[in-house]
Amino acid sequence: MDETERLNKTANLIRQDIIKMLVSAGSGHTAGPLGLSDIFAALYFRILNHNPNNPEWSERDRLVLSCGHYCPVLYATLAHAKYFPLSELSRLRKIGSRLQGHPHRESLSGLETTSGPLGSGLSESCGMALAAKMDHKDWRVICILSDGEQDEGNTWEGVMLAAKYKLDNLLALIDVNKIQIDGFTKNIMPVESLKDKYHSFGWEVLEIDGHDFNQIIEAFRKAKEIKNKPTVILAHTIPGKGVHFMENKYEWHGKAPTKKEGEKALNELK
Amino acid sequence: MFDKGVKKVSSRDGFGEGLVLAGKDNENVVVLSADLEESTRIDKFIKKFPKRFFEVGVAEQNLVTVASGLAAVGKIPFATSYAVFSPGRNWEQIRTTICYNNVPVKIIGSHTGISVGADGATHQALEDIALMRVLPNMVVISPCDSIEAKKATQALAKINKPCYLRLSRNETPIITTDKTPFKIGKAEVFREGTSATIIATGEMVYYSLLAAKQLEENNISVRVINVHTIKPLDTECVLKAAEETRAIVTVEDHQTVGGLGSAIAEVVSQRYPVPIKMIGINDTFGESGTPEQLMEKYGLTVENIIKAVTTVIRMK
Repeated sequence: MDETERLNKTANLIRQDIIKMLVSAGSGHTAGPLGLSDIFAALYFRILNHNPNNPEWSERDRLVLSCGHYCPVLYATLAHAKYFPLSELSRLRKIGSRLQGHPHRESLSGLETTSGPLGSGLSESCGMALAAKMDHKDWRVICILSDGEQDEGNTWEGVMLAAKYKLDNLLALIDVNKIQIDGFTKNIMPVESLKDKYHSFGWEVLEIDGHDFNQIIEAFRKAKEIKNKPTVILAHTIPGKGVHFMENKYEWHGKAPTKKEGEKALNELK
Repeated sequence: MFDKGVKKVSSRDGFGEGLVLAGKDNENVVVLSADLEESTRIDKFIKKFPKRFFEVGVAEQNLVTVASGLAAVGKIPFATSYAVFSPGRNWEQIRTTICYNNVPVKIIGSHTGISVGADGATHQALEDIALMRVLPNMVVISPCDSIEAKKATQALAKINKPCYLRLSRNETPIITTDKTPFKIGKAEVFREGTSATIIATGEMVYYSLLAAKQLEENNISVRVINVHTIKPLDTECVLKAAEETRAIVTVEDHQTVGGLGSAIAEVVSQRYPVPIKMIGINDTFGESGTPEQLMEKYGLTVENIIKAVTTVIRMK
């Protein structure tokens, strides 16, 4: 099996687990996590420098999930990467669970931050990247943001700071899936052109198809070589990817499938 | 200290000195500013440790979230601004990325209280204690003078918890010495007394001591407690005062709602109920004026403290 095939298979398993855990939870976010499953598979099974046996390893890359509501994809990926047992995924959003409805750093090894309220993660990533530079460390910070999150002023405060301090050890990836909870981003608050905006703020901008493993891997490789400025990857994805009746429907941003819908989705994914 | 010539220094100056000492003591101490370097008195630190300083621009949400990231990987960040902006503007970021995330960021809020003066109500933080006190994991410190502010700054750098330090702009009397004990979480009895207890914080400790002295001249013995740590509150010291003096007056340059007054009432009412009178700002904004004029107009006076003490004694 070649690498793309292997990653594709992992991403598919992650998608199945996202559906299962959301059905079990009875609430949560579906479209975004399905849309980012390919990127998360590539990150944890190819790109990131990390060690599931030692989550606190000081030299690890830091993955900051700024859009905390995407946590089903992070949890499912961490479980597949053996940070914790797959069986625990069914505990999402349940009382006493380590898998909180939005990520709580102290609850689960493998989480770098606590997140949920949007717009904070990029600045937190800047802080980590500044500290890494102070300490002459080689590890990198990867911050995952949503396109809806670009509405937040705090995001742009971080954008400016990253350019000011030439944080080339920081990489932001924006999930450009064009939806947010109340509708299409172009109607809620137009954020385009993100490419022009980030470019004019002093960032290197890369654009990829977020479902093409070769493009994902190549973009992260290329970003490593860019010096003296931060890089953003605009990853164009299909929200709900892999489940036909969910794809590109903003209605699936913030709801979980019913048991019946879940079965239908799983049949399609298998 | 009861002389007219008492030496006056602002608590922000004490903070500035303490910060340099904390920086010398631990190389992980870093400082962030949102374009208020000189007026928060971090300029000495910047001069001494330029590589450990980050200017984030006029962006207080950025200030505390960048600090959160620095703290997540081992730094001890002091995020400095005016309290109306931080923790005023960026409360949710402090809640989620610092308190719930439980990382040791130190939020430094200067220009608190009505005593800020001429800048007016927009710049007089009267709600900051309430905003910070309500957050789990947060330690809240309100020093009574510049020397205590210096000690508090050094102490904050040594505890691995989120902290808020409340500072004032104007120069206030120095009432402690380098030898006065300071321990986070431990209130200090500055004057013994038996008929009532004045529990004060910040600059108002000085006025409380003046009030106690005048009351003593009229044969009323009043205890004065300096509560520099609003949270975790030294409940033992407060309850002992309730039990032994059976009347309490709280004094603060902050809204009594949610502030020191509330904090004391929460403990006393549930564990040892005695009458309480609260002196502070009563559900209103401030305005421009000199600190003296404002404190007079809004009732933060020795005279008012004395009146409250005599009233609360009658309520026993």
